[in-house]
Amino acid sequence: MALLVDKLRPRSLDALTYHPELSDRLRSLAQSGDFPHLLVYGPSGAGKKTRIIATLKELYGPGVEKIKIDARVFQTTSNRKLEFNIVSSVYHMEITPADVGNYDRVVIQELLKEVAQTQQVDLSAKQRFKIVVINEADHLTRDAQAALRRTMEKYSPNLRLILLANSTSNIIAPIRSRTLLVRVAAPTEKDICSALRIAAKREGWTEADGLNKRIAKESGRNLRRALLMFESIYAQNEKVTDTSPIPPPDWEALIQVTADEILKDRSPASLLQVRTRLYDLLTHCIPPTTVLKTLTFKLVARVDDALKPEVIKWSAFYEHRIKLGSKVIFHLEAFVAKFMRIYETYLMGMMEF
Amino acid sequence: MASTFFNNKARAAAVSSSSKAKTETKEDTTRQQPWVEKYRPKTLDDVAAQDHTTKVLQRTLQASNLPHMLFYGPPGTGKTSTILALAKSLFGPALYRSRILELNASDERGIGIVRDKVKNFARAQLSQPTGLDAAYLAQYPCPPFKIIILDEADSMTQDAQSALRRTMETYSRITRFCLVCNYVTRIIEPLASRCSKFRFKSLDNSAAGVRLDNIARMENLNLEDGVVETLIRCGEGDLRRAITYLQSAARLAGAAKTGGKDVDEDAEMTDAGADQGIITVRSIEEIAGVIPDSILDSLVQAMQPKGGASAFDAVSTVVTDLVADGWSATQLVGQLYRRVVFTETIPDIQKNKIVLAFSEMDKRLVDGADEHLSVLDLTLRIAGILRG
Repeated sequence: MALLVDKLRPRSLDALTYHPELSDRLRSLAQSGDFPHLLVYGPSGAGKKTRIIATLKELYGPGVEKIKIDARVFQTTSNRKLEFNIVSSVYHMEITPADVGNYDRVVIQELLKEVAQTQQVDLSAKQRFKIVVINEADHLTRDAQAALRRTMEKYSPNLRLILLANSTSNIIAPIRSRTLLVRVAAPTEKDICSALRIAAKREGWTEADGLNKRIAKESGRNLRRALLMFESIYAQNEKVTDTSPIPPPDWEALIQVTADEILKDRSPASLLQVRTRLYDLLTHCIPPTTVLKTLTFKLVARVDDALKPEVIKWSAFYEHRIKLGSKVIFHLEAFVAKFMRIYETYLMGMMEF
Repeated sequence: MASTFFNNKARAAAVSSSSKAKTETKEDTTRQQPWVEKYRPKTLDDVAAQDHTTKVLQRTLQASNLPHMLFYGPPGTGKTSTILALAKSLFGPALYRSRILELNASDERGIGIVRDKVKNFARAQLSQPTGLDAAYLAQYPCPPFKIIILDEADSMTQDAQSALRRTMETYSRITRFCLVCNYVTRIIEPLASRCSKFRFKSLDNSAAGVRLDNIARMENLNLEDGVVETLIRCGEGDLRRAITYLQSAARLAGAAKTGGKDVDEDAEMTDAGADQGIITVRSIEEIAGVIPDSILDSLVQAMQPKGGASAFDAVSTVVTDLVADGWSATQLVGQLYRRVVFTETIPDIQKNKIVLAFSEMDKRLVDGADEHLSVLDLTLRIAGILRG
């Protein structure tokens, strides 16, 4: 059985429930015959991918849904072999170059040029160009992005790119100036409520408006997360009412416990205990940024107003360090230690606030 | 050949007449092209607002000799356009392929390529142009050397650059190099000293405005007042960006117009629609990802000190919404910076501290730090500074 998220994913632009202006705009672009390169950005769970797949369908018809997965092998200049997965249909191709880490440039150069140098094979296709969707474009290295620049201009008759990114900050200016920026905002809480209502109706579940509202609030405007929470509640409870508890994910519960410990006892012994918890989280593949962010917001909610800017400041500082450094546990621990220190000094009334 | 070589005017006239004839037959393919390519300057005279550089180049052209060149400047100022236009007016379509080697960052350009491909091309003797009539020679000077264009040269490795050094000198009799880059500091000194440098300055507003007006007229666009100014402001000196914005806006305006009518003959309809749809200032800003003033206002409002209460809750609410709406943090930092720095009521000493915070945040964003935390930190710091 497929998850709700996949089962109810809208397949065409008409079926999308929120941001009607954006859908209209994408439709008109798809119909106008000259489709630009796109850079689609927005927070995760806002529906970027869904929208793009719907747009592709609008461009080429149902043929884009017949996809196959290829494994290709690329060779770097130092004769290292890279395995790389490509999801493709007759008309488009979807790649995640960030998978191969530092070698993404090789993939971009070889693959895109190979695609771009041939025209659309299917003569009856609606469009003469092919589309390459690049996932996680904000994780591309500088080199790979530089490699994109000229390719985008030179091969534009045969090739259109759609870049998907969480933010445009990491995309170099020359790429930004060559693409049409499309911002996909996260759905509002009202949008999420209505999406959940539709989902419940389709599944024949009892509706609980109060619960929908709570889920929407809890999900932080992330529709994917909201749907997953929604499904798990219905899976766990026989009878769902407005007051059914929303079980937090395990890792979030663990971070909550960690935060409580930090606040309760600020000593080297407790720091040692926190370390094991952090290791536990990291070994379960929770991204360090998520750990740090969740921990920060849990801590901030519990401290005095005067202390909040200080906590955020150090949190941002160590998050930056995580990105630059190589061993994340150092920085997570450093943040906890720092927090303990400023909290302790504040309690002792030595802070100059 | 020599006599016509100096006759620049006649040649320019010949070029423009031939290119006009060509564009009409090519109408079909150009409709699909991005305007950036479509309106790429065809001759040196067309290059906008780089008078100094083009003048020097015209003069070197007349002397029938070209030095090695290094073009540098911010993106979208016409570096690639200039060298392509120069190459075209030197060699014309028949010789262009055999005399020009264009390599850019999308090509593999490690040390191996420099040793093989570049060196082989540089070393090859000139093929005598055959089958060219006198008219062609009258139109294009066809000087006796090849040109190797290394676009985006700042992304070449140090090793590859050093491998170029001797090659540049050895074959300088029959080959000229043109390096194009954004950051001249990334080009190693020995290479830079072998080239005559041309700095491309950021476009000034009037030149870019004329260019945009021209394109709008040729595409029969219907512009609202102030659109050109907005384009220039959002483009920040990058003409390519401004043109891309204009084209996107034109597509949207054209498409919006036809949206209500029958969609049977969409191809023709959108074309007709593009002639009538009005491009508004707001649509340009939306495309450029500019954050609306109302949102910025609410953020600035939240940062203002209010009595004894901390600004934390107000600021964090606004920032959470901003991040969820997907606004880019770099854009936010830029706009907020302009807003705060040009506010008269903030004393200079506070501004100093605020600018420090901005500088650190910019670095963090470039390093790929989390946007939510960074923006929250920045706004809280500013709020703290404003409280005094």
